[in-house]
Amino acid sequence: MTPRIRHLLARARETALMMVGQPSYAAYLQHMAEHHPGHAAMDPAAFFRDREQARYGGKGGGRCC
Amino acid sequence: MTLREKIGWGAMSLLGACALAVVAFQRGEHVNALWIVAASVSVNLIAYRFYARYIARNVMQLDATRPTPAIRRADGLDYVATDRNVLFGHHFAAIAGAGPLVGPVLAAQMGYLPGTLWILAGVVLAGAVQDFMILFISMRRDGRSLGELIRMEMGAVAGTIALIGAFAIMVIILAVLALIVVRALAGSPWGLFTVAATIPLAFAMGIYTRWIRPGRIGEVSILGVIGLLLAIVYGGQVAESAFWGPVFTLTPVQLCILMVGYGAVASVLPVWLLLAPRDYLSTFLKIGAIVALAIGIAVVAPPLRMPALTKFIDGSGPVWSGGLFPFLFITIACGAVSGFHALIASGTTPKLIASEGDAPFIGYGAMLMESFVAIMALVGATILDPGIYFAMNSPAAVLGTDAASAAAAVTNMGFAITPEALAQAARDVGETTIISRTGGAPTLAVAMAEIFSNLIGGQAMEAFWYHFAILFEALFILTAVDAGTRAGRFMLQDLIGLVVPSFRNASAIGPGIVATALCVTAWGFFLYQGVTDPLGGVNTLWPLFGISNQMLAAVALILATVVLFRMKRQRYAWVTILPAAWLCLCTITAGLLKLFSSDPKVGFLAHASKFADAAARGEILAPAKTMAEMQRIIFNDRIDAALIALFLGVVVSILAFGIRSCRAALKVDRPTVTEVPPMLVPAE
Repeated sequence: MTPRIRHLLARARETALMMVGQPSYAAYLQHMAEHHPGHAAMDPAAFFRDREQARYGGKGGGRCC
Repeated sequence: MTLREKIGWGAMSLLGACALAVVAFQRGEHVNALWIVAASVSVNLIAYRFYARYIARNVMQLDATRPTPAIRRADGLDYVATDRNVLFGHHFAAIAGAGPLVGPVLAAQMGYLPGTLWILAGVVLAGAVQDFMILFISMRRDGRSLGELIRMEMGAVAGTIALIGAFAIMVIILAVLALIVVRALAGSPWGLFTVAATIPLAFAMGIYTRWIRPGRIGEVSILGVIGLLLAIVYGGQVAESAFWGPVFTLTPVQLCILMVGYGAVASVLPVWLLLAPRDYLSTFLKIGAIVALAIGIAVVAPPLRMPALTKFIDGSGPVWSGGLFPFLFITIACGAVSGFHALIASGTTPKLIASEGDAPFIGYGAMLMESFVAIMALVGATILDPGIYFAMNSPAAVLGTDAASAAAAVTNMGFAITPEALAQAARDVGETTIISRTGGAPTLAVAMAEIFSNLIGGQAMEAFWYHFAILFEALFILTAVDAGTRAGRFMLQDLIGLVVPSFRNASAIGPGIVATALCVTAWGFFLYQGVTDPLGGVNTLWPLFGISNQMLAAVALILATVVLFRMKRQRYAWVTILPAAWLCLCTITAGLLKLFSSDPKVGFLAHASKFADAAARGEILAPAKTMAEMQRIIFNDRIDAALIALFLGVVVSILAFGIRSCRAALKVDRPTVTEVPPMLVPAE
């Protein structure tokens, strides 16, 4: 697999996850490392559950007619 | 612009003009569907390249260096700077639902031309402008929601009025979506089995992602899709089984009761158990089916068998009542302009956008994509034999219930069809009947089955593809019913909270249950009314839905106009005034006709008094069979009329508030908007 195809696949995966409200875990870790180095970050499962609840359980869990 | 670009865009304009000319003027022989597709693609690209850029540069003055909420408030969770292509997918998946698939199918009763022209003009000048403007406004205000934006820019009263309107819309949307599912699944054991099978399937997926392999959405979705395909295949056998076939053959009223019960239970279950896993399936299936449909239309290149214009442009059509103006413009809402998008464009998307420079692509571009979906749905409805189309979409009151009476009625409309052809069409898709399968979804499913079976599997696979298409539509409608009931519950808690503050507590159990029950009762009422309506329900509910959705769009565009005035950019406010004025004109005219038209087929009050007069004389008018049914029809008409009056009240009062805010802004010689200042230091 060329790097270009690998990059495209990663993007497609990221898009599919974002479509169901799951942002990038890597980006979250990076944010935590840069801005809150003292705080413990959520593990992947906790992150997934947190985002799942935010998308579906909170207010305005929106999708269109 | 370089010379090469000029030549390229010149050629694109020429192609668009030619395609439009063919679509508009060719008569006699069948026009190929690809002409509509070509017209749509070129119009959309030109609008994106020139109009969206004009709005971005001149009207909004977007500034790519200005920090967006995702930068300013970055938290790795809600506020995340996201790649524009990834975000486009997120936004498109959120805005594209059943609306753009259904409206154009219903509008096809007037021929393919009126719908095509309205979708193209509507999206370029109204729908995409609305989505883009609201995204812009929310993006400059930390990603706040539509209700909050209206409160900030137009005052608390206007905000509350808009909230009431939004709740009423939610109720109508849920009722009409549920009705579409009921119409598609009634008397269809194959369809009902496959849709019912998604519930245990979703439970299994939910348990898998919760406990077995947390967060593995890709894996679980693949397993889920395999399960769905098995359910479709097995559904064919269930339908033929002497025992299970009748178990899954339900009447519309039975399905209605099940739907309401489902909505009530599903919306209080933990989200990971049912809602989230089924949303994975419905989202990925939706995107996959849309892509497959686009490929299918491009490869099969079917001719349009519906005429460009039918005689029903005079308003006498069987699918819905009322003339071209204003009713075409409310029948096709999503796909041309959809007020509901204002809620999405002020939801998660503005919190994820990485740069203001991405806003045209996301806000304007994604809506163009949705309009393309609407165009494909229109193509789907118009490549069918018009005889089949009208047999599927006319109410039983017009057609009778057997193939002979339906064929005679449709032939009488001027679209010759034989009873054998209707029976054969039903057999082809594995159903016992396709007569009066109103609501648009089954029609589109027949069209998709025709296109897909041309690509893969031939005639033998047609029944499979039909039930695949029904499943795909029912799946995301059920997800919307579930998610919408939850959203409606919170809206209601907010509204009641204005009077009883303790009601607002989102985590309290008592208010939650009360609000959920109220919300389900509200849409259940309209669903039951639609299901028992002898005219099929779609006739009554779809115009209510269209008026409410366009009304919300008008509200959003009025907000956008106010914001432009308060930015002191009123010179450019025609960009939003033009579509806002058109939508106000359409919704107010349609609303007044629905209230006061003397034609009982159009006006709710005329219909009510026709039945009330008969009841006073002791007569029973068809379709009612008893005096109690007469009373129920009268009551329903009056409720519908009250709802229309509510919508009219919302749009007129927001218009008044809008004009007041614009005049106030004009009197001040500096900008009065409440944007987050551009240089604000990132919150940390």
